[in-house]
Amino acid sequence: MTTVHICPKCEDQVQISQPARLNEIVECAGCHCELEIVALNPPVLALAPEVEEDWGE
Amino acid sequence: MIRVVVVGAAGYIGGELLRLLIGHPEVETVAAVSSRFPGRRVDGVHPNLRSATDLLFCSADDVEECDTAFLALPHRTAMAQIDRWIARAKQVIDLTGDFRLGDPEVYRRYYGSEHVATHLIDAFVPGIPELHRESLRSADLISVPGCVAMAGVLALYPLAVRGLVEPTAQFDARTGSSGSGATAGAANLHSVRSGAMRVFAPTGHRHEAEISRHLGIAAAMTATGVEAVRGVQTICHATLRPDVDTSAVRRAFREQYRNEPFVRLVAHQRGNFRYPEPKILVGSNFCDVGYAVDEEAGRLVTIAALDNLMKGGAGNAVQCLNIRMGWPETLGLSFPGLHPI
Repeated sequence: MTTVHICPKCEDQVQISQPARLNEIVECAGCHCELEIVALNPPVLALAPEVEEDWGE
Repeated sequence: MIRVVVVGAAGYIGGELLRLLIGHPEVETVAAVSSRFPGRRVDGVHPNLRSATDLLFCSADDVEECDTAFLALPHRTAMAQIDRWIARAKQVIDLTGDFRLGDPEVYRRYYGSEHVATHLIDAFVPGIPELHRESLRSADLISVPGCVAMAGVLALYPLAVRGLVEPTAQFDARTGSSGSGATAGAANLHSVRSGAMRVFAPTGHRHEAEISRHLGIAAAMTATGVEAVRGVQTICHATLRPDVDTSAVRRAFREQYRNEPFVRLVAHQRGNFRYPEPKILVGSNFCDVGYAVDEEAGRLVTIAALDNLMKGGAGNAVQCLNIRMGWPETLGLSFPGLHPI
């Protein structure tokens, strides 16, 4: 079973397979950001920390 | 099956048309017209078509009636020959600049000569499926836009049509060498082009007028030739209207392109290809579009990338043919591109 949630970055729909686990990382299909499940019952998604890229800034 | 003719078949766009049409399940390619190579084998000029066809180039005078004629001629040549091709073909799909602009005065300003077929300008439907799909279903005269214009239009149309941006925008376009055509010249020597980032049109690029026409805003363009054979990337800089935020921009793109088979929204947070990149679109008919917003400054940046010979030319022309004939829009156009390349 999956549940549908909203990506906090791009507002696209994100499907989470149940049962979900706390701190599990899922990927948004809309913006490809990594999301961390920071709470269960109900599930809450937050942006996962990420290393910045630098192409010459 | 319909019978099609490619006129100007020895050029890069002509070669791509042949590649696509020879592989198209509903099309029989009956003639490849070239004024330079009549009687020569097509695969001598387009070696990627070896074993795909035994066609020989022919002269325009050798062509009998057909269903559809694709004109991949030099600019100004199509309008000089247009009556001939209308008489021989039920549909004419023109890939030159001759019928892209709706106003002969604008044409004269950007192309430097008088239009010689003004009576037909209004009869041509712009070959932009994303804007004119319904008109294309019954169009017998179709004018396919320029490659940079196609990218520029798709980059900003969702915002412009909804009135979410101020009515002026700047377009910074980068293009590969195949956009210059297959005719040799000093400007296209390897020694000149290799490693160069040549600003060849800081102002006044012809496609600027097309973008203005289709977006209904004042577009200003700068075009630069870069170290690539294929590919166009157009970056648009615009100012958001007050109270327009990232969410509204995102919603506009999603609503506009949700059902488009060849436009993909690419504004990713991770990976090496976060924004539209022409490199991975080579040979495909996709146009990838993306955006970024500086809400504090009210600044919008949109990006579009495509293969100039495909969605910027031959592929888009075949997409228009598919729409006109009522076939699936993606027929013969399913190649997804290459990675790595």
